[in-house]
Amino acid sequence: MLVNPVKRTYLAIESWFNLSFGTEWNPIYHLGTLSFFLFWVILVTGLYLFIPFNGSIAGAHASVEYITHDLRYTAGVMRSLHRYASDAVVVTVLLHMFKEFASGRYTGFRWFSWVTGIPNLWTIVTLGITGYWLVWDEMAQYVAVGSARLMDAIPLLSAAMTRNFVAGEMTDRFFILIEFLHLLGQPLALAFFLWLHVKRLSDVKINPPRGLAIGTLLALTILSLVKPALSHAPADLAKVPQVIELDWFYLNIYPLIDIWPEGQVWILVLGITWFITLMPWMTFKKDGAKAVVDLDHCNGCELCFDDCPFDAISVQARTDGAKYEKEVVVNPDLCAACGICAGSCPSSNPFRSRKEELKTGIDMPQQPVDKMRSQTKEAIASMEGEVKILVYGCDHGLNVHRLESKDTKGVKLICSGMLPPTLVEYALKNGADGVMVTGCRHNDCFYRFGNRWVKQRFAGERKPILRGRADRDRIRVHGGSETDKNRIENDLNIFRADLLKKKQAEALAEKSAEQAETSQEGSR
Amino acid sequence: MSCWSKGVGNKPLRYLLQAFNYTIFMTVVWYFATSPSVRVIGEDEAMITVAFAHAGETREACRVLSQEELMKLPPNMRKLDDCPRERSPIVIEATLDGKTIYSKTYLPPGIFNDGSVNLYYNSKVPVGKHVLEIKMDDSVRKQGFNHQLTQDIELKPAQILLIEFEPLKGFIVR
Repeated sequence: MLVNPVKRTYLAIESWFNLSFGTEWNPIYHLGTLSFFLFWVILVTGLYLFIPFNGSIAGAHASVEYITHDLRYTAGVMRSLHRYASDAVVVTVLLHMFKEFASGRYTGFRWFSWVTGIPNLWTIVTLGITGYWLVWDEMAQYVAVGSARLMDAIPLLSAAMTRNFVAGEMTDRFFILIEFLHLLGQPLALAFFLWLHVKRLSDVKINPPRGLAIGTLLALTILSLVKPALSHAPADLAKVPQVIELDWFYLNIYPLIDIWPEGQVWILVLGITWFITLMPWMTFKKDGAKAVVDLDHCNGCELCFDDCPFDAISVQARTDGAKYEKEVVVNPDLCAACGICAGSCPSSNPFRSRKEELKTGIDMPQQPVDKMRSQTKEAIASMEGEVKILVYGCDHGLNVHRLESKDTKGVKLICSGMLPPTLVEYALKNGADGVMVTGCRHNDCFYRFGNRWVKQRFAGERKPILRGRADRDRIRVHGGSETDKNRIENDLNIFRADLLKKKQAEALAEKSAEQAETSQEGSR
Repeated sequence: MSCWSKGVGNKPLRYLLQAFNYTIFMTVVWYFATSPSVRVIGEDEAMITVAFAHAGETREACRVLSQEELMKLPPNMRKLDDCPRERSPIVIEATLDGKTIYSKTYLPPGIFNDGSVNLYYNSKVPVGKHVLEIKMDDSVRKQGFNHQLTQDIELKPAQILLIEFEPLKGFIVR
């Protein structure tokens, strides 16, 4: 099967990090929380640096030099951490965007998170730009003049900002305005946009795994000690800075201002911004049908409310006069159509209504639980061989039909999290010797929590649990993407061999028990 | 039951790989934090900057109102002169050793075209001795350039030669 080259690249990077960090610490799975962590580093070091910093034009550069050289190990290292963490956050944010793009997680219901990420990016970049002003060195001068030229190119702003930067015109008032923006205005704006960015997610995590946080901080500290951040010569508005050691993470458009008219630079920047903003609507992918609640089969247990990864389910007082206190409601605008709610509903039990249509409290119109039961029965009936293995797999991991053989059949699900644990038990009771569940790679579920809930439900840690009577030796869970076919096939072969051994051992035990019984009868 | 990846089985090797990844990450951060450097101006170049705000003269001269016209106005609005608000565009030209380096016409901003023009212009020029000439026409009621300055200048590397304008003093070179 063809996997697009962008996704293949992403999966290769992901695999490499899985190899070196494992899935729990894989930084690719924690780019958002890693960015949050870097913000904390920036905030703490920034507050620390604010104490010795002199906020006047005449004193700013000298105070930064004092911090860098005279207080090298107390404040200088904090300056370097502040700077390198700020640069690192651009890397993590861009990788975060690339990951979401490469794995197709920016269209459909995800448009909101994608679009609200854009003001975050703008705020981060402009926050970095104002930060560079405060050093008031030659680079600050270069950035200040460039920024002013860009601002002056906006037709509605008649005041000439650029004239603030001709010799003798720069005032402390203007400098303090920039300090206010950097220290308060932009951080508050960033906090607001970050809140907006994660607003449609439930169970939001903002801290990376401790090991990853420690490793990142350690790496940044070593870099800060080995290559401390330095300033240029003090700004001199009577001279043009000749050579600038530019921070390309934040200041990449400034060299363009020297080559292009300011208007063209704006067109480029705004054009890229708009293109990225409109990307969710540039594909033909559509969300599936949204989850539907059937109050006749819902007792308001709230398990679907707890499991929904996108806060699309709310609980309210019963409206149908039934004896239960509560009922759940799906907000179709927030629903990702993942089906995790159907997997969490205790009514999604295939042992119910065996001869009639199976109805459940919350279901997916495109693949109701009743259909999953029928698909399970059909797949088991079509298998031949000594051991019969049924593989349930999600639409976003490996296509399970690629694993099919005479003795192995697959049932595709929207997400592995939509699999009711009782359906696994049902399959084992109805002829399958083994059940394998494949989802996305661990910690990288397309619908955030699908494979995590499967793992917890099967381990008995999350309701609805896989009951104790289900033989765990006959169940395997494996995360894998489209490019992991060989790895999953290997695991499937091992599973097949294990099942065969188990079956032979059971047959042998049964035979010996029978023989023992016959000889007992004979001796009587 | 499950096969969740823990990374490379050998723990020291895993930590070594992690250290390698952190090193790559930090190298990228460090490199692009300062490199490649940008040369803003050549070693043998200076910059001429023109920067000032100036309102052109009104397009039409003020007219003294007749007694009859004044009486028609409310008492609090009886001004002797009626001055149209619209101002003249500003035409500016600068030459260096006879070669034009700057020539532009600025229209007055504002809904009634009555605002001050904010000029900002800069040009990289070779260092050394030059003859600078700058002239401005800020009135449609007068023919040709009504403000002018010609001056010998000597520019040092990276120097910014600032040209300003004050209505009473004319062009000022700093």
